[in-house]
Amino acid sequence: MRDVITERTKMKIAVLSGKGGTGKTMLSVNLAAVATPSTYVDCDVEEPNGYLFFKPEDVRPEIVSVLVPSADPNICNGCKECVRFCKFHALAHSGEHLIVFEDVCHSCGGCSLICPLNAITEHPRTVGVVESGRSGEVTIHTGRMNVGEAAGLPIIRKLMKKISESGQERIFIDCPPGSSCTVMESIRDAEFCVLVSEPTIFGTHNLEMIVELVRTFDKPFGVILNKRLDGEKDPSEEYCHRNCLPILGKIPFDHELGILNSEGKIASRENGRFFQMFKDIYDHITECVSI
Amino acid sequence: MKIILPVEKEQENTDICQSLGRTPYFMLYDTNTESSEFFQNPASNSPSGAGIEAAQAIVDSGANTLLTPRCGNNAYSVLKKTGIAVFRTIPGPAISNIHAFLEGDLSELDTIHEGRHHGEN
Repeated sequence: MRDVITERTKMKIAVLSGKGGTGKTMLSVNLAAVATPSTYVDCDVEEPNGYLFFKPEDVRPEIVSVLVPSADPNICNGCKECVRFCKFHALAHSGEHLIVFEDVCHSCGGCSLICPLNAITEHPRTVGVVESGRSGEVTIHTGRMNVGEAAGLPIIRKLMKKISESGQERIFIDCPPGSSCTVMESIRDAEFCVLVSEPTIFGTHNLEMIVELVRTFDKPFGVILNKRLDGEKDPSEEYCHRNCLPILGKIPFDHELGILNSEGKIASRENGRFFQMFKDIYDHITECVSI
Repeated sequence: MKIILPVEKEQENTDICQSLGRTPYFMLYDTNTESSEFFQNPASNSPSGAGIEAAQAIVDSGANTLLTPRCGNNAYSVLKKTGIAVFRTIPGPAISNIHAFLEGDLSELDTIHEGRHHGEN
């Protein structure tokens, strides 16, 4: 069984962390780079940055839109059935016109169904874009939400649809930070979750939050301890030991790694030492998935 | 003319509620009869869009003027499109604010806040 899985079976690995800046992108970019052919998916749609490392070529953009309602003022008689129906209160009626709050609307389409006069029609509103390109043997999908938008879910759903349609590959999902709806959507289809932590009390606290999240979703998971300092205590490691959580690997707070990363370079492509480090982590993950 | 205010209690000397969307009650004062009626704010516990829902309740009440300490973007947009004037309250109970307004001592609310939008999903 294990051999079958370590061959080219489709495997979606989500990389997440309770807070920003722990190293999600650094890890998922490098995992995708050592596990080729592979796919890297940037679900951090508010501020995607994985593309800065891969510098993908042949990028094709696909617009992401949602449906929002509008009422024909010549048909609408102000009965307010739709206003009462909308649980998000995205609709109001001034007495003369239906007022639509497009940023509050969740595109359920209920208002157009419930309108007794069929006065409501839905029309697409652009909320972002998915850009797909290639860097060597890595396929890159970047989700990007338009400035001023509040909800990233439609873009993440589009990304998930793209990877479900793709061939048999290693897929690395770079999640948004935190433990909100967008993170849940990003890990929904994942076979395995990699939680990235850092050696701070704040980092440990946020690690606890996402451990709770992945357990809620019944996802197998392991922890990467990032920014390790020699001889220093790591509260995240202590937390893992106390709770018997699997540690997949440890990444040192390494000057050279930091420089490569800050220059937008993929460390595992630049330096054999880092290639081996990320390859070891990747092998450890595939062992965990196949158990 | 009907004047409406977000209030904490169902009495004329009540404190004014600092949140328009989440106020427990509205007080509706009729200048013709010089009397007040009170009704519950349907939006006080809404998970989202409370400002819009509260503004709809204000529109439906038939009020011409709203006196409030604060008002969010979305609620203001509904009130403006309906032609309801919005004035800023001063410290003191609801009934003294009505008197202050009728004497021309209140000024129009000119700062509209972004609102506190609840999460995303």
